[in-house]
Amino acid sequence: MFEKALKGNNYYWIWLAFLGSLMAIGAFCYVRQFNYGLGLTGMSRDVSWGLYISQFTFLVGVAAGGVMLVLPYYVHNFKAFGRITILGEFLAIAALLMCLTFIVADLGQPMRMLNVILHAQPRSMLFYDMIVLNGYLFLNILCGWVILTAERKQVPPPKWIYIFVYISIPFAISIHTVTAMLYCGLPGRHFWLSAIIAPRFLASAFAAGPALIVVAALILKRVANFDAGKKAIDKMVTIIIYAALTNAFFVILEFFVGYYSNIPGHKHTLQYLFFGLEHNGHVYNNLVPFMWAFVALGIAGVALLAIPYSRKKNEFLLGLGCVMLFVSLWLDKGIGFVLGGFVPTPLEEITEYYPTANEIFITIGVWAMGFFVLTILYKIAVGVEHEIEA
Amino acid sequence: MDKKRRDFLKIAGVSTLAGLGGATVAGRLVSGSSPVQARAAHVVDSAAQEAGHGAPKAEAGGHGATGEVAKSGNRWGMVIDMRKFREHPGLAEKVVHTCHSIHNVPNFPDKKDEIKWIWLMEYENVFPEHSHYFKNKELLDHEVLVMCNHCDNPPCVKACPTRATFKNKDGIVAMDYHRCIGCRFCMAACPYGARSFNWRNPRDYIENYNREFPSRMRGVVEKCNLCAERVALGKQPACVEACGDTKAMIFGNLNDPDSEIRQVLKANYTIQRKPSLGTHPSVFYIV
Repeated sequence: MFEKALKGNNYYWIWLAFLGSLMAIGAFCYVRQFNYGLGLTGMSRDVSWGLYISQFTFLVGVAAGGVMLVLPYYVHNFKAFGRITILGEFLAIAALLMCLTFIVADLGQPMRMLNVILHAQPRSMLFYDMIVLNGYLFLNILCGWVILTAERKQVPPPKWIYIFVYISIPFAISIHTVTAMLYCGLPGRHFWLSAIIAPRFLASAFAAGPALIVVAALILKRVANFDAGKKAIDKMVTIIIYAALTNAFFVILEFFVGYYSNIPGHKHTLQYLFFGLEHNGHVYNNLVPFMWAFVALGIAGVALLAIPYSRKKNEFLLGLGCVMLFVSLWLDKGIGFVLGGFVPTPLEEITEYYPTANEIFITIGVWAMGFFVLTILYKIAVGVEHEIEA
Repeated sequence: MDKKRRDFLKIAGVSTLAGLGGATVAGRLVSGSSPVQARAAHVVDSAAQEAGHGAPKAEAGGHGATGEVAKSGNRWGMVIDMRKFREHPGLAEKVVHTCHSIHNVPNFPDKKDEIKWIWLMEYENVFPEHSHYFKNKELLDHEVLVMCNHCDNPPCVKACPTRATFKNKDGIVAMDYHRCIGCRFCMAACPYGARSFNWRNPRDYIENYNREFPSRMRGVVEKCNLCAERVALGKQPACVEACGDTKAMIFGNLNDPDSEIRQVLKANYTIQRKPSLGTHPSVFYIV
């Protein structure tokens, strides 16, 4: 089916060339990092994870979000998702590839990557993360490809594939749960040490993933003449709103626990993220604008999705609402959550993190790679749909 | 003493002493110490022991004492006597310098690249769970030496996906630099900020290269190894040796009731860093 990705109009090729050049810049920057070491990043002894791991954490959610299409379609037989379930599965593939690339980009000794398997340590959460991420990637490639092939031949998918489809549902939940467990099992990091992290991650994932799919569906409708159907979009918007509100609720709960209990350790990071933390006469607040942007975009995004006019009558506003929500959740999980967790340090100091240009270009390169893969996969999926209709 | 022989002695001891000795002796035997240690431990006033060195028994429970600490074999530990450091100005700096030069710890000009095994911090940074109000002048004026705590229940070992960080049989939390993939999960897991990462090639920033000890490469995590390489040869850790006769740092086997460190712990009130986390540090401070 790959031949479908090789035929396209000029816009298609310009878009791929644009992404390809970003990937090339990212690759060049990675070679620099590979030769010099992670010292080329803004990370330090105190903030030992930066943009790479925070992007990874967010994108795991985007990958898991695809299950919000798979589950209603395969388990509840919600027919309206028939045309776009494949979009969810292919989004998961692209997002997982980004996740794995970000992890490799973050390793100090990438050549020793296989040590995770050769000297596996089953008490480490990273071990399980490796298993579920690769497992979910494999399941999505398998299910997506087999079902699309069957669709192309206009025959029902083989029965055995449903086993893998059903297995993929708990896997989607587990990739984000295990990723949350990377953080919430660590002693001495109050901001992360919260039992609500996994549910909070899932809630934001179930909003962010479908939001991106809605945007993709709206774009495909314009550029590729592929209509996901009003009913499908509308149902997804409902899912997005509920998930986004649940996420907001969880964030408020964290505030309650921190501020009502009044335990300093539980308040510090929230204080740092949203208001700035005073320490030895200096106020540290470099993430404050990001966090308030998260709040503002989240409220505006949900409002746009909830107001009947923008939701049903105006596709531009609908798309805008989804983009705002996606960016909002990215600010929360892809910036604030991971970076904020390192403040204050275990020795009660504050070190702020600023990514370097090299690091930012690698990050952009990996995102471009993800969208490159996503474009090709969606081109194939849409191509097959058109072939059936023809 | 190999395991089978120890088990045999344990059973033999229990059956002999069960009738003779008190319940404490039997309990101690069952919980894993050798008969020799157990007899000695019996002599030690158990109340004073508990208060003194803070290694809690399983039944102690509570927030600060979860789980049981190892009771058999060696468990190396350290006492840092802050009174002695106050008496000898400059000694702490000497300790830091000795450790870092012996272990080829690089000295980077930029704080962002920083690597340290043992260093000085303000009291309130080291002991955030203790009250900081109305501190006495001595605590205000003097910084505290901090290092890896070589926890009995080390979160870094649990986090490491490749077993590059491990606890050896003597309780030292050690690093295999050749296996470390540089994921830095251990750095996120350590509640004491004891670990450093080689963000760039350290070899250009080693002032006086010590050929007796390997240097590291970039992309791996490192930290204090309690001088495992010296301890294996029967020597004291470099920091303890640097203190000379001041007794500012005392190193020894926490499981041996006759060891110097246990005598010091028995005679002094000591504190550990962040006891509520249940990591059971092997480093004790006399304030």
